[in-house]
Amino acid sequence: MSLRMFRRAGIETLLLALGVVALILATPHGTAAGDEFTAPRAAMVQLIDQIGWGSEQPMGRENIDPRVLAVMGEVPRHEFVSEELRDVAYSNQPLPIGYGQTISQPLIIALMTDLLQLEPDQVVLEIGTGSGYHAAVVASLARRVHTIEIIPALAETAARRLARLGYHNVEVRPGDGYYGWESAAPFDRILVTAAVSHIPPPLIEQLRPGGRMVIPVGGAFMFQHLVLVEKDAAGSIHTRQLLPVRFVPLTRAK
Amino acid sequence: MSPQLLAIAVLSAGVLASEVLLTRLFAIVQVHHFAYLVISIALLGYGASGTFLALFRERLKARFPEAFAVNAALFGLSMVASFAIAERLPFNAAALIWDPRQLLYLLALYALFTLPFFCAANCVGLAFACFPDHIGRIYRYDLVGAGAGALGVVALLFLLFPSPAMRAVAALGPTAATLAMLSRTGRRRLWPVMGLAVVALALASGLPASLTELRLSEFKSLSQTLLVPDTEIVAETSSPLGLVSVVRSTTIPFRYAPGLSLANTQEPPEQLGVFVDGEGPSAITRFDGRLEPLSYLDSTTMALPYHLVDHPKVVVLGAAGGADVLLALYHGAIHVDAVELDPNVIRLVTDRFAAFAGGLYTRPDVRVHAAEARGFVAGTTARYDVIQIPLLDAFATAAAGTLSLNESTLYTVEALEIYLRHLAPNGILAITRWLDLPPRDSLKLFATALAALERMDVHAPEKRLALVRSWDTTTLLVKNGALTEKDLADIRTFARSRSFDLVYLPGMAPREANQYNILSEPYFFEGAAALAGPERASFIERYKFDLRPATDDRPYFFDFFRWRAFSELLALRAQGGAALLDWGYLILFATLLQACVLSVALILLPLWIWRGAPAPGRDRRRVFAYFLTIGFAFFFVEVASIQRFMLFLNHPIYAVAVVLSAFLVFAGLGSGTAPRLARRLERRPGDDNPWLKRLQPFSALEVAVAAIGVLAIGYLLALPPLFRWLMPLGDASKIAIAIAFIAPLAFWMGMPFPLALERVSKRLPPLVPWAWGVNGCASVLSAVLATLLAMNFGFTVVVLLAVALYVLAAAILRAPFEAANARREGAQIDGQSIIRP
Repeated sequence: MSLRMFRRAGIETLLLALGVVALILATPHGTAAGDEFTAPRAAMVQLIDQIGWGSEQPMGRENIDPRVLAVMGEVPRHEFVSEELRDVAYSNQPLPIGYGQTISQPLIIALMTDLLQLEPDQVVLEIGTGSGYHAAVVASLARRVHTIEIIPALAETAARRLARLGYHNVEVRPGDGYYGWESAAPFDRILVTAAVSHIPPPLIEQLRPGGRMVIPVGGAFMFQHLVLVEKDAAGSIHTRQLLPVRFVPLTRAK
Repeated sequence: MSPQLLAIAVLSAGVLASEVLLTRLFAIVQVHHFAYLVISIALLGYGASGTFLALFRERLKARFPEAFAVNAALFGLSMVASFAIAERLPFNAAALIWDPRQLLYLLALYALFTLPFFCAANCVGLAFACFPDHIGRIYRYDLVGAGAGALGVVALLFLLFPSPAMRAVAALGPTAATLAMLSRTGRRRLWPVMGLAVVALALASGLPASLTELRLSEFKSLSQTLLVPDTEIVAETSSPLGLVSVVRSTTIPFRYAPGLSLANTQEPPEQLGVFVDGEGPSAITRFDGRLEPLSYLDSTTMALPYHLVDHPKVVVLGAAGGADVLLALYHGAIHVDAVELDPNVIRLVTDRFAAFAGGLYTRPDVRVHAAEARGFVAGTTARYDVIQIPLLDAFATAAAGTLSLNESTLYTVEALEIYLRHLAPNGILAITRWLDLPPRDSLKLFATALAALERMDVHAPEKRLALVRSWDTTTLLVKNGALTEKDLADIRTFARSRSFDLVYLPGMAPREANQYNILSEPYFFEGAAALAGPERASFIERYKFDLRPATDDRPYFFDFFRWRAFSELLALRAQGGAALLDWGYLILFATLLQACVLSVALILLPLWIWRGAPAPGRDRRRVFAYFLTIGFAFFFVEVASIQRFMLFLNHPIYAVAVVLSAFLVFAGLGSGTAPRLARRLERRPGDDNPWLKRLQPFSALEVAVAAIGVLAIGYLLALPPLFRWLMPLGDASKIAIAIAFIAPLAFWMGMPFPLALERVSKRLPPLVPWAWGVNGCASVLSAVLATLLAMNFGFTVVVLLAVALYVLAAAILRAPFEAANARREGAQIDGQSIIRP
């Protein structure tokens, strides 16, 4: 084959490839099951299931609640990240969502949701809406989710996105999470994903006796551990600190 | 003074100043430890320049002033351009462990900042190659200029914000170029000189400010805070200590109160957020003289010492915006000494926001001191009932696990001993840290306190300690005296009413632990109990994080890394365990590996490929080994000395500036004197100086190495007790004393490089750029390696190693070069042959 022919063949191949890419790009991204993200989503859920709870088993079991996994197998995580991050939307890592915020690592979302022990009739308050992904996961397991986001632009995007994706039992409000959501209180479950130097007293007050609050501690890309706040039937408060990984810091003396 | 030598001094000042400035700028826009990474790699530009000159030296030699000018001007231009481009790269240090694309951006950063250092190194390397008879003088101007740069940039950072300061420093490049062109004769010099002067002016002040305006990473706390509605920066100050931004948030107020009990129901009063280099916030709290609005402070773990002493005299070390001073006042302190390092922060509270802060720092019962915490205590004769060390680092910084490289002289065994010796009878030292899980900070601090008490020969030290934790902080108490039954009862009541857990109390029962903030295992209690008991050593040995107390010789409190646990922790990364890894240590290690690989790729490989036959192989190996050895040795001593004198001068910035510039200036003077010494030692008979006569059996290099060895080892032994004795002196006398000690050591350390380079340039001229390049590589590798060695073995070992390397270097060059015997035999050592094999 002469050099010229080779070049022509090259151009044809290139054009063909471009055509295919254009076709792919023109196809709308569906949100229903059976889209191109079905496989990566299933793989993500499978991975989370494999990892499960480490040595800390706050519910006395190693596996994550199958209901949580099922929901995470449904919620289209790729819809909650920007276009250019869609290809990594289902890998087990936190992703930037703009405004210096992140969408948490799927495993941590699963652990936090599991820790909430949600029931279908429960009302949940979330402080720190972010992309709205976690609210979507929780909304599929609870009756109603009230979520507050401090950055107005994020709140607006998340509200529109959740409505478009059909999560009508989520209400997003921009503003200050410190005082909770008085008109919808008390809450069965509270999720605090915003950075806080202390747990706001009004939130503890708005937690129903027997309720649970979950707080992830750490930086944007550097999750550290989970704090579980429990309010017993008598109204007294206990917290638990949970490391998500199977790690024992010391080997016992023999 | 010839304008060319002045040009070298100006350029070297620019190079050193830009290293310091880049560190500042990176700390503001990204995170500090990446500055370390990028700059050390960029300095390999020095090594690459050696290769470049080895290849093109002859061509450039013919037009020295022009080649110098072009490179010097490019240094300045590329510094500004590289910074402007770097700021626009979407690099996010925090996402590096997740996103492989970030590695590409990091590589781009390396490439960007290598360019200016490469250009600068070309200038000096070319000068060495062109003027072999003046190597000592050139090196002197290089070092003295660098010394001036180290001091000058600190002064500059008081006058200018970091971004304009960077442009001013970059302008030194074209300024040096102008000076170099002045050496040309005739009318031809007029236009280039004027042109370069205009470039210098344009860099310094003519460019649009937006080009180099600081763009903080969106993941910095300050960037995130400013996205909240109705927030604004109401004051901003800058100094070498940091860029301080004060933010007011009217709609959604700051409510900064770490360590707060869940039992607390009170909301903190209005606060202003204080951010340093974009990290934070800490708070300036509104105070109108009434104490009731401050009652929430009593619900923090920091309040514990005040429940054991009445009407105490208090010192707060790291007072910042004053939260812990308010805490002391709330508990009826009769006097508070508030010690804060940054005078800008103090001025914010005393001047700009004095009304807001209720004149906190000008009250009759509060005295504020702009001083480094440990130095303040060491230098005072006062005794305190409470010495409070609050949370000094922002949570995000601590959480990222990247503090491990930071030398911290605040939490060493010696430091704790100083605090304890300044306690009044029954006084209490209280130190609060962020809680980490599994426990690291709190247990290491506990072990450090025990070690300090043991050094003081205290009987039953474990009876003086108490440790409590909330859900996010831990507070350690060390009492000057055994804790009494009443103390123990008070601590139990304090903890119970606030749902804080007891971690350690003398005689505490296991069932008392892990009650409120429940862990799957009582790790804190078990750890503290083991450390306080007979099995401390074996516990420290077994634990998967490094809990050995930090000492002044190994001042890395935040370094918990152990290779033993590395693979286990790395495997846990995907499971949400990334924070367990000590990223600071790993980044340092990665820097060393990269620097090794790049040294080989950029410098050694090209030089080997184009080696031709410029010199006998044995000579080449000796030159290589010699310059590598003294490069390592010089920086080992320098890094260790900075650490040692920092303890004496008690200020992180001034100490580094003074020590570094003293080192460079006196090494410069030494290098200028070296050739003269060598000539006088060579002139065997008839020299009437009896000292020189006695030294004549030795070469100048051997004399210098012997002097370095004696001084360095002598300082190791003599300085620590001497410094303790001189500690109460004033700053000016301490600086003078430090310089007096550095001067002779640095003077002799300036000699080995020019002495050998002169020999090489006479016998093996093509190897001069080689030597320059190898020395450049060694300087980069050694700075990183010195830190790694100090983290593991301490600075004493680093100094001893340096002395051994100097001795080795002298041994390497003891015999004459082989090429000397075959001198001038045709083209064997001709410069051209190096590029035409």
